[in-house]
Amino acid sequence: MAEIHLKSLAHSYSKSPSGPEDYAIRQLDHVWHKGGAYALLGPSGCGKSTMLNIISGLVQPSEGEVLFDGIRVNALSPRDRNIAQVFQFPVIYDSMTVYQNLAFPLKNNKVPAARIKARVQDIAEVLEIEDKLHKKAKNLTADEKQKVSMGRGLVREDVSAILFDEPLTVIDPQLKWKLRRKLKQIHEQFDITMVYVTHDQLEASTFADKIAVMYDGQIVQFGTPTELFEQPNHTFVGYFIGSPGMNLIDVERCEAGVRFGSVEVVLEPWQIEHLNRLSSTNLKIGIRPEFIEIGLEPKVNSYEVEVLDMEDLGTYKIIDLGLGDETLKARVDEDFDARIGSRVHLTLPPQWTMLYVDEFLIQEQS
Amino acid sequence: MSLTLENLSRIVDGVDYIRNASLTFEAGSFNVLLGRTLAGKTSLMRLMAGLDKPTEGRLIYNGEDVTGQSVQRRNISMIYQQFINYPNLSVYENIASPLRLAKMPSSEIDRRVKETAAMLRIEPLLKRFPLELSGGQQQRTAMARALVKDATLVLFDEPLVNLDYKLREELRAELRDLFRERQCIAVYATTEANEALALGGTTTLLHQGQVVQSGPVMDVYRKPVNTLAAQLFSEPPMNLIRGRVSDTELSFDEDTRHALTQELADLQPGEYWFGIRPSHIALKPANDDDLEVPVQVALSEISGSETFMHVESRHFEMVTQLMGVHQYHTGAPISVYLPINKLFVFDTHEQLVHTPSQVSGRGV
Repeated sequence: MAEIHLKSLAHSYSKSPSGPEDYAIRQLDHVWHKGGAYALLGPSGCGKSTMLNIISGLVQPSEGEVLFDGIRVNALSPRDRNIAQVFQFPVIYDSMTVYQNLAFPLKNNKVPAARIKARVQDIAEVLEIEDKLHKKAKNLTADEKQKVSMGRGLVREDVSAILFDEPLTVIDPQLKWKLRRKLKQIHEQFDITMVYVTHDQLEASTFADKIAVMYDGQIVQFGTPTELFEQPNHTFVGYFIGSPGMNLIDVERCEAGVRFGSVEVVLEPWQIEHLNRLSSTNLKIGIRPEFIEIGLEPKVNSYEVEVLDMEDLGTYKIIDLGLGDETLKARVDEDFDARIGSRVHLTLPPQWTMLYVDEFLIQEQS
Repeated sequence: MSLTLENLSRIVDGVDYIRNASLTFEAGSFNVLLGRTLAGKTSLMRLMAGLDKPTEGRLIYNGEDVTGQSVQRRNISMIYQQFINYPNLSVYENIASPLRLAKMPSSEIDRRVKETAAMLRIEPLLKRFPLELSGGQQQRTAMARALVKDATLVLFDEPLVNLDYKLREELRAELRDLFRERQCIAVYATTEANEALALGGTTTLLHQGQVVQSGPVMDVYRKPVNTLAAQLFSEPPMNLIRGRVSDTELSFDEDTRHALTQELADLQPGEYWFGIRPSHIALKPANDDDLEVPVQVALSEISGSETFMHVESRHFEMVTQLMGVHQYHTGAPISVYLPINKLFVFDTHEQLVHTPSQVSGRGV
């Protein structure tokens, strides 16, 4: 188990990169602490697979250093780095039994036979596949195979970290729940550094203590799921986390705060103060659908809005509300009922109304 | 215009791929096939397309028997999970290819290609070649090619599985809007309950080659015919607890006993399965007659805005979906509350015998 430090790291697949657009990873510093459960989250093409391959040693970074517990490992092969990887598709030997599959990485490392037996038994127990140990791998279901694949990563006691690359993609939703829960328990039990790459925010946030959100070759935020949800510090995080994502509206300055069209949004004094010190005109406000308040009666600073659409998603509903020329999405509970075309009153609670300048969050100085 | 499946079966080497499926699809409808991997979604679509021949049953299109008619003779588009494009053709020509085949005038081809490309947000990529695109862009190219011609039957076989979740959310919304205005039959296979809810239209639940239930999406969601339908159509799966009803009491086990209220008065004494959706379970009682259930916390998963808390007792386990952040230690003893007006009840043959009473909305 190790701390993984990416120091002044950058990577370009081009031999002579001419500008930032030639970089899959733009220069960054990042530390994955010992024993943490982390997720690396981002859309396809954001650089997350490149980052994972740099950590494992499949890709040599073009700039910067990869340090394991302070020791430079840039030149080491994946094997010498002692990294275990679990991929999207199970990597197991179909012709071997489950037992043989799990024992394989230990045999390769010349672990004594008695130790192998005990260790395989332990791992099989944790993954709840003890009764499958003597079955041929080819006769397993998809989720059992992926469990064996995970088991092969977990079985070695000397690994620096386990990297998961979209490990639940091929698993049915019903079973994803169980496997994710299993992974989390394993992390608690083995206290091992785990990095989990995914484009699925729910998977990331339920697995990880901290999530690194990648966008355009950079880590735009590294925080707990709650931080990413409540205080997205980049508009991309606001958009990407949450379903639907944050409502983001282009605004300009006005007396009370900011406005779009004729709609004025009152800001907190510290937000206005901060805004006055900056000259940029790339301003946005952001509010999550979950934080918009809707009532039947007007309130202080509420707006009368029209219900444009309503989508029933079973356990909750998403309603579209017309405010000025903008459409805001709000999440309401499943019992909420309103006719399309009817009018309701909408409030943007100040503590949940974020201000973004040049796409970055303006934060209160503490 | 409609497509009807009459007692359709396909049996290969003694294995039922599809067993006795009877369904009708109307023009202008959006139909979701929801089921786990290997439930028969692809098999059913291949039968509808005429790519496979049924062992039994008939396929009726507009009153005409089209069983066994080849796919080339019918105007069908199919979009697969693995995106398929012509690598030697530009994105533009990939999308244009079915129209060129139909000998459409180039001005009309140009208009349609650009319109479809704009809808799928690949307009700036029209001059590129498939291998220069990301996976998501390649899939959108394949979808554009399928949508550009006015097919009468469009089949989507888990088309968004390989795309990232945000793109999926957007494409889903666009697909729904797109098909609102079309007169074709759209059929969409997915393993995800939430996707079926988001797409709307008609939902057909498939399991082990058989149709479990079919109907308007909210009818199927609100009235699952049996425990299987309830499990298939909720994510996380609906919690099911074995319990019994006596003349006066409802009990799950010795720790959970409640006086029988009006809500469940229609139940005869006996054994039942009680179903509750994870999102309906609360940590505080909302009504006097909520069922208090003492449990232990097994695991809390926090997703930022919500907490998925796994809880267990000696006899059962449940998943709860709670708004906000709730942190408890593993093993912590707590009580959860089940609103009695949200309970589904199934008999010992797992058939629905009681639907939760409609809760009144905060109407406007």
